[in-house]
Amino acid sequence: MASDWRNYQNKGFFDELIDEQGLPRPHGEALVKYLSNLSPQEMSNARSVAEYAIREMGITFTVYGEGSSIDRAWPIDIIPRIIAKKEWQQVEAGLKQRVEALNLFIDDLYHDQKIIKDGVFPADLLGKSVNFRPQCVGISPPKGIWAHICGSDLVRDKDGTIYVLEDNLRVPSGVSYMLENRSVMKRVFPEIFEQIQVLPVNDYPSQLFDMLCAMSPRSGDTPEVVVLTPGIFNSAYFEHCYLAQEMGCELVEGRDLVVGDDDIVYMKTVAGLRRVDVIYRRIDDLFLDPEAFNPDSQLGVAGLLRAWRAGNVALVNAPGAGVADDKVVYAYVPEMIKYYLDEDAKIPNVHTYRCYEPDDFKYVVEHISELVVKPANESGGYGLLIGPKSTKKEQKECIERIKADPRNFIAQPTLSLSTVPTLDGKDVEGRHVDLRPFILSSGDSTYVTTGGLTRVALVKGSLVVNSSQGGGSKDTWIVDEEER
Amino acid sequence: MLSRVAETLYWLARYVERAENVARLINVNNLLLMDLPKGASAGWEPLIDIIGVREVYLQVGGDFSEKSILKFLTVDERNPSSILNSMRNARENTRTVREVMPRQVFEAVNSLNYYIKENAADALSKRGRFGFLEKVIESVHEIFGTLDATISHDLGYDFIRFGSLLERADMTSRILDVRSANLLDMPSTKPFENIQWMSVLRSLSAYQMYRREMGVRIRPEDVLQFLLKSRTFPRSVTFCLSKLKYLMQDAPNNALMLDRIDHSINELQKQDVDSLKGKVLHDYIDELQIDLADIHSQLAEQYFLHEGDSQSQSQSSA
Repeated sequence: MASDWRNYQNKGFFDELIDEQGLPRPHGEALVKYLSNLSPQEMSNARSVAEYAIREMGITFTVYGEGSSIDRAWPIDIIPRIIAKKEWQQVEAGLKQRVEALNLFIDDLYHDQKIIKDGVFPADLLGKSVNFRPQCVGISPPKGIWAHICGSDLVRDKDGTIYVLEDNLRVPSGVSYMLENRSVMKRVFPEIFEQIQVLPVNDYPSQLFDMLCAMSPRSGDTPEVVVLTPGIFNSAYFEHCYLAQEMGCELVEGRDLVVGDDDIVYMKTVAGLRRVDVIYRRIDDLFLDPEAFNPDSQLGVAGLLRAWRAGNVALVNAPGAGVADDKVVYAYVPEMIKYYLDEDAKIPNVHTYRCYEPDDFKYVVEHISELVVKPANESGGYGLLIGPKSTKKEQKECIERIKADPRNFIAQPTLSLSTVPTLDGKDVEGRHVDLRPFILSSGDSTYVTTGGLTRVALVKGSLVVNSSQGGGSKDTWIVDEEER
Repeated sequence: MLSRVAETLYWLARYVERAENVARLINVNNLLLMDLPKGASAGWEPLIDIIGVREVYLQVGGDFSEKSILKFLTVDERNPSSILNSMRNARENTRTVREVMPRQVFEAVNSLNYYIKENAADALSKRGRFGFLEKVIESVHEIFGTLDATISHDLGYDFIRFGSLLERADMTSRILDVRSANLLDMPSTKPFENIQWMSVLRSLSAYQMYRREMGVRIRPEDVLQFLLKSRTFPRSVTFCLSKLKYLMQDAPNNALMLDRIDHSINELQKQDVDSLKGKVLHDYIDELQIDLADIHSQLAEQYFLHEGDSQSQSQSSA
């Protein structure tokens, strides 16, 4: 094992664990030392333990369109990704700042739209947003919070700077995998947790539950909190169950709920109907309520929006919060932070070309082979063009798609995502990673997960980290080097 | 307790119980056939009727050979009641209500699933069969044991117990029905009647307890008495029904449910087993099975989720 580190290639990329000289970064020394002392046999045993644990614990995710075999074992690489606590504290502050501004922005859009009137955000963009919900105009959810749960994707470029790549404000998923990765790692390398001060992550479910309870419209009583899932065929069903289980609350499907003539939401229990106060919904806006949105939805609950508008139930995240979850809106977040908070963004955005602006469009067309082009409203890596890895034909088709609907596309320079040593067969090689921390806002306080979910592109050279497209994950360690 | 969750828990238990019962059935038939002279028995065919899958079996072109029937009962995906499918359904149900399942239970269901899938070849070989089936039976005990020791004994657990007991009562009645018909049909097996009734008891793990309660001799009337009416043997129909009643005592809105079960218990107690011979026995067991099906329907009607019902449940009970 020891000799492998000298052969470890990280030229041209920032590696999270090993520096340019091939030496471990200070906060990673203990880990590298530990790993170096493992024989190839021990390493391979460790990997088997992890695979066995994942299988036994039934940690799965679902891939669409695979017929009957719908849930797959969750891939974890056993070499963790490490971040120093000091650096993490800065990231945490930056995320809090960002989410605060985003919530102010959403609330503003559904009320006075000052940011548009003041000419900071173009009215035209809002008009063409597919996630703006006219049904939500004028509604004031408790404490002005719309995006109670935000998952922001962070990446590190070759100069070592951390950027925000996107913000997920609709139904961000992945947090259960962050928690499960840690339990798997404790089974795989129990000794290492004695040697290294890894900050715990398992506070999340109670933080989430506290935040949800705080949103209850009924004060005094213990609120009835439920998790609303589209059902077992959803790719994140594992997570929905997991969170309900960890919080000790009911996991409901649309058919379990009913809205009465009194505009109150009830769930159907064996003892009759029972009032529901807070719904952590994992169903997209448009399927939430056939009465208010898509009338064909089988997943939602008729009248839910009515109950929410009447203030009888809390919906988390609020309908309409997704308006800020748009890659074009993303480009304006630094401006929002300036506008609402009068601060500079603590974590920079990736430079973003807005295809509807003529100059940017021209640049994108001329440099398409160097850029990453993304549709504004797709998630899971669908519909992405990675310039340097695309064919001329794909580039041409992409330009045609942009021309047809420039509002729906942005382009960004191809980042050299940082790498982390990753097992590939018997070898350890650098693989590209990103990081998705989760931010909880209750209006009174903001909580950021300790680290987050590190996703890794398991295929050599690949930049796509989505689990639906061959990505895996790693446990993320925030390490307190001072306490060592 | 959500209606949908109650329903899922109930079915989950039925599927797990079914996997065990099918495994038992095969095991005992296997041993029985070794004792009987060649040509003196109906071979494996009765098992198809006990499970109630003759129609499906004929559709898929099964030929009543040992190999074909065994595959069908254990790992065939086309048989809805195969051990493989029962556990697959159980897993799907467990996964659906994972939030109320103790983690260890989910893990036990999950690993039994993998075991069945990965050891299908053992199930089909003469040598591996016993070990395979024992593993299934043991794992089911592990699942129910873990449940009992780790889940809160609340209404949700009552639905699990209910599903398991009803499935068990159902299986006991099926075994009695098919086995007895089989014995009557074949006068040539007369000398072996004794060991056949013994195998009936064995397939229900009842042999030891029968001897303790009824004495050493195997008489058909005594076997029926024991399997239908014992108040202490956990696979007798009376025992299962009494437990079902007990489970419903504290359930909300339980009046109709209790009536339904009481009715079945009374009918059973009134029945004189000495008269249960030949066609009378068969007809009686038909009635018993209808009773068990009624209990299921009443439970579903009262507590499970009905598609399209919105305000139908009374709000006053909230």
